[in-house]
Amino acid sequence: IYTKEFFLERLSYWAFVSAAQTLRPIKPPASHYLVFLFNSVSLSPEYSLSTSSPHRSPPSHSHRCRTCNRWCLSLLTSSGNVRLRDLKLQRDAPWSFLAVGAQLVAANPVELAVGNVVRRVLHIIREEDLSLATAAVAGLDLLDASDDDEDVNGKGIGYPGMSAAVVAAAARSTLRPPSLQTLLEGTPESATVPYTSSSGADSESKTADKSSITRKLKHDVIEGVNQLIHEIAGCHEQIAEQAIEHIHQNEVILTLGSSRTVLEFLCAAKEKKRSFRVFVAEGAPRYQGHLLAKELVARGLQTTVITDSAVFAMISRVNMVIIGAHAVMANGGVIGPVGVNMAALAAKKHAVPFVVLAGSHKLCPLYPHNPEVLLNELRSPSELLDFGEFSDCLDFGTGSGSPLLQVVNPTFDYVPPSLVSLFITDTGGHNPSYMYRLIADYYSADDLVM
Amino acid sequence: MESRRNPRAVVDPKVRQVGFFTSSQPDSTHQPDPIASESHPVASSISPSGNSLSPVMIPPPRHNSSDTFPLRAAAAAASAVSPSSFSYSTRRDFPDGSMTASPGRVSRASFSKPSSSLPGVGMDSMAAAKSSSVPASGLTTVSVVNMPPGLSEKESDQKKNSKPLKEKTTKAERRALQEAQRAAKAAAKAEGGKAPLVTSGSVASTNVKAAKPVKPSSQKNDVAVAAPGPSEKKGGQTEKDRKKDAPHPRMQYDDESRVVKAKRRAVVKQTEAKNRVELFRHLPQYEHGTQLPDLETKFFQLDPMHPAVYKVGLQYLSGDISGGNARCIAMLQAFQEVVKDYSTPSEKTLNRDMTAKISSYVSFLIECRPLSVSMGNAIRFVKNRIAKLPITLSESEAKAALQSDIERFINEKIIMADTVIVKHAVTKIRDGDVLLTYGSPTAVEMVLLHAHELKKKFRVLVVDSRPKLEGQLLLRRLIKRGISCTYTHINAVSYIMHEVTKVFLGASSVLSNGTVYSRVGTACVAMVASAFRVPVLVCCEAYKFHERVQLDSICSNELGDPNAISKVHGREDINYLDGLTNNANLQFLNLMYDATPSDYISMIITDYGMVPPTSVPVIVREYQKEHSLV
Repeated sequence: IYTKEFFLERLSYWAFVSAAQTLRPIKPPASHYLVFLFNSVSLSPEYSLSTSSPHRSPPSHSHRCRTCNRWCLSLLTSSGNVRLRDLKLQRDAPWSFLAVGAQLVAANPVELAVGNVVRRVLHIIREEDLSLATAAVAGLDLLDASDDDEDVNGKGIGYPGMSAAVVAAAARSTLRPPSLQTLLEGTPESATVPYTSSSGADSESKTADKSSITRKLKHDVIEGVNQLIHEIAGCHEQIAEQAIEHIHQNEVILTLGSSRTVLEFLCAAKEKKRSFRVFVAEGAPRYQGHLLAKELVARGLQTTVITDSAVFAMISRVNMVIIGAHAVMANGGVIGPVGVNMAALAAKKHAVPFVVLAGSHKLCPLYPHNPEVLLNELRSPSELLDFGEFSDCLDFGTGSGSPLLQVVNPTFDYVPPSLVSLFITDTGGHNPSYMYRLIADYYSADDLVM
Repeated sequence: MESRRNPRAVVDPKVRQVGFFTSSQPDSTHQPDPIASESHPVASSISPSGNSLSPVMIPPPRHNSSDTFPLRAAAAAASAVSPSSFSYSTRRDFPDGSMTASPGRVSRASFSKPSSSLPGVGMDSMAAAKSSSVPASGLTTVSVVNMPPGLSEKESDQKKNSKPLKEKTTKAERRALQEAQRAAKAAAKAEGGKAPLVTSGSVASTNVKAAKPVKPSSQKNDVAVAAPGPSEKKGGQTEKDRKKDAPHPRMQYDDESRVVKAKRRAVVKQTEAKNRVELFRHLPQYEHGTQLPDLETKFFQLDPMHPAVYKVGLQYLSGDISGGNARCIAMLQAFQEVVKDYSTPSEKTLNRDMTAKISSYVSFLIECRPLSVSMGNAIRFVKNRIAKLPITLSESEAKAALQSDIERFINEKIIMADTVIVKHAVTKIRDGDVLLTYGSPTAVEMVLLHAHELKKKFRVLVVDSRPKLEGQLLLRRLIKRGISCTYTHINAVSYIMHEVTKVFLGASSVLSNGTVYSRVGTACVAMVASAFRVPVLVCCEAYKFHERVQLDSICSNELGDPNAISKVHGREDINYLDGLTNNANLQFLNLMYDATPSDYISMIITDYGMVPPTSVPVIVREYQKEHSLV
């Protein structure tokens, strides 16, 4: 199985990834380079798919895409190709992908969404693999399995002796906590996967055929990944749909940072004829707030730009704080743009709801440890101080001894779960304390440590 | 609180005093002890050795004034109607060495005294005091009149009128007096809010009424014209007067008729900013920079305005002078010039005319930039001094007296106070400390520099915020002195708070509910610090304390130039909002101050010592009394 060709491929991948790692300190973040690399790889004919997938060829502009969300999409489109290459190796599919994923994550550990998406894909692969395996087994004693199912949840009733995959899924659901079943039924991807497998089909007749199993697995996984792509692409709309339930007339909303999710959320409420006012903290030194304010104004929202220092002063007149997250940790903590913790504390003090919008791909199955330091990125001091003015005392890493002046310019801030009132994800609103449960739905426990 | 403290002071003077004590010991037999043991921070060259500072020391507010103003003292002595008045003679009895301390003690006795005249405990304690020793009752009198030993020599003649009179009162008379006081207090309580102050005022009024024929009318005048400053609580006023005296409501800029009226009077033609934030309609917001050239050309043709005041006004307007202390000193120095160049017009009295003049200057300064609390208090002081100039003084004498008064205010209340604060605060800095400060507070800067001079090893984190970026200036100065610094912006404060051991903040004002009114962002820093369990120390001179209360940062604040927000200085790449400034949907809010709730503050370091925020009203009360009855 482990041909010379495979190892060569693998080596070239590692070379790519390690090249990406060396690019880390360069701005824009290494993730862009990674995407670029993967795009170039996936575009090469060697890895093109036999089955046609609408998302196979990555968008040409993906190396320029900025937001986390888009980034995930491009990762997915490329990772789909990676996975397919790995799937040639049949049973070790998750493991080879895992290795690539680990490299991806290592390239920029702060971009937690990368790890999340890698884990999601791994989860899909595992699920499909397992469903095929159980199908093979269940093909032999189908009746027993369906009997069991009838006992447990009655699912098999409608489909006696039908798709093995469905039965397998049901069988698994009996073995696992019920939440997994809700995942399988609830999310579109899992709902469609059994159908495609059953319709694409004739699996019962050819279960013995190894190669057809592999092809089917590939196919299913591609479907699953496509579903995931759709899910991530559509998470803005999913979240924005809930805006009307949370924003009332004449509300005053504070936000900070620039998040497309927040923008869509607010605009969705505006489109429903709600009139409200938005305070935007400007978010020095990146001034993402200016960007958000510009777009809000362009959409006709009443917007007031305030300085970051005025957050506490204004919070007493604010009805709700809405922010977009960079990542949501398993304990319900949030990593967001710098300054978020301050706003959250102020909101807590004034009993103002602190609402975090996050697509489910932002859900990270890790528990944070010292996240302010370990999951942060320090940017250039030049954003804060003029190099020319302070050049005599700044640390350029060349002088001897400790410099008098240091400049700290972190990118992210950590908000502990106790300060978060509500998460609004594409699957609905959740408490911070429920996050660990969602995570159990989305990820396999085996993948948490990569 | 008063009722608890009072009997203790009388019945058991040796009780251990914790927290904010005034060391009032009405019994004259105990006098030597406090004098000997007390090393007064100001008097003893402000070196209360090391950490042995008592939690709070209330320096006798104006004891050295009698030394620094021989002229005043001499004048007072000369014009004293009855030099044999009790309090005066007691002071004289002390040997020279204790001269410095004793007035302080007397005034301190006066701090706690008005409470003894409150209903409830009043009767008993009064009786006890009387029975124990005659001097005690004498002191009571002093305190009720609120004799300000040093500063108020000018008034002491008036008081001396009342004092012998007082000594002659019989027990019955005193009881009657107490009844009157009680009634007055009830009335004051009904009026609400500032009960203790008013009480003491009214108490004083009952005593001194006859002796002060000049005071009330002129003072009411200046209150009416006075700037946003709060009213003075003075004696000799009826209920109606007191109502007039209630804090002058600040100009609310959403009241259109008044705005129009004010505009007609205005010297500075400010153009109102369009596109304002709805929540802050009540605050003035002008287009910045438009009126400055115009004013500059008018410099030589402005008849009513004194050039010194004009100059200061322009400096406020352009932002050349900022910071509570700097603005206050600049204003006071301008007033000194005004006084120097002043000559009383014919058929006018100096008191009234000069008060009116000052008022017009103040309103000009307000047009340039809203007053800070420090300035409000200083203006109040100046007007008080003017109003209380004895008519007997000639014009030149009065002018000299005023000038030296202002000088003394600057020296004593600002410069000296800062030195005391530094002495106190330095004791809180240890080797290895990581101190965080926000913006560019002058007092904190002095503390840091002094601690550095003392060879303490510490690191400073300078937190800064847009749009003023004052922290960079502080950073420059600290680095120049060789202090190791870390610079960051306010958003990163929770990132950096992990390593901080103490937070030192400055304040524009401390309000009597313990709220610290300061540069916008201070509240954020204090909040994050308290969330991380880091002690927050606020350095603020006592003259910036104010009796006002405030719960939020909305109701009273100052709006800065909105355009400072849309433009990011030195970052040309940030231009998202260019061309949108006139969009009706987009507003910029440039708040200048915010109010930090007292629960975030561990300690306030003032020239009276280190106090918890809950003790602010006490200092406000004492300070007010000292001021208003000067």
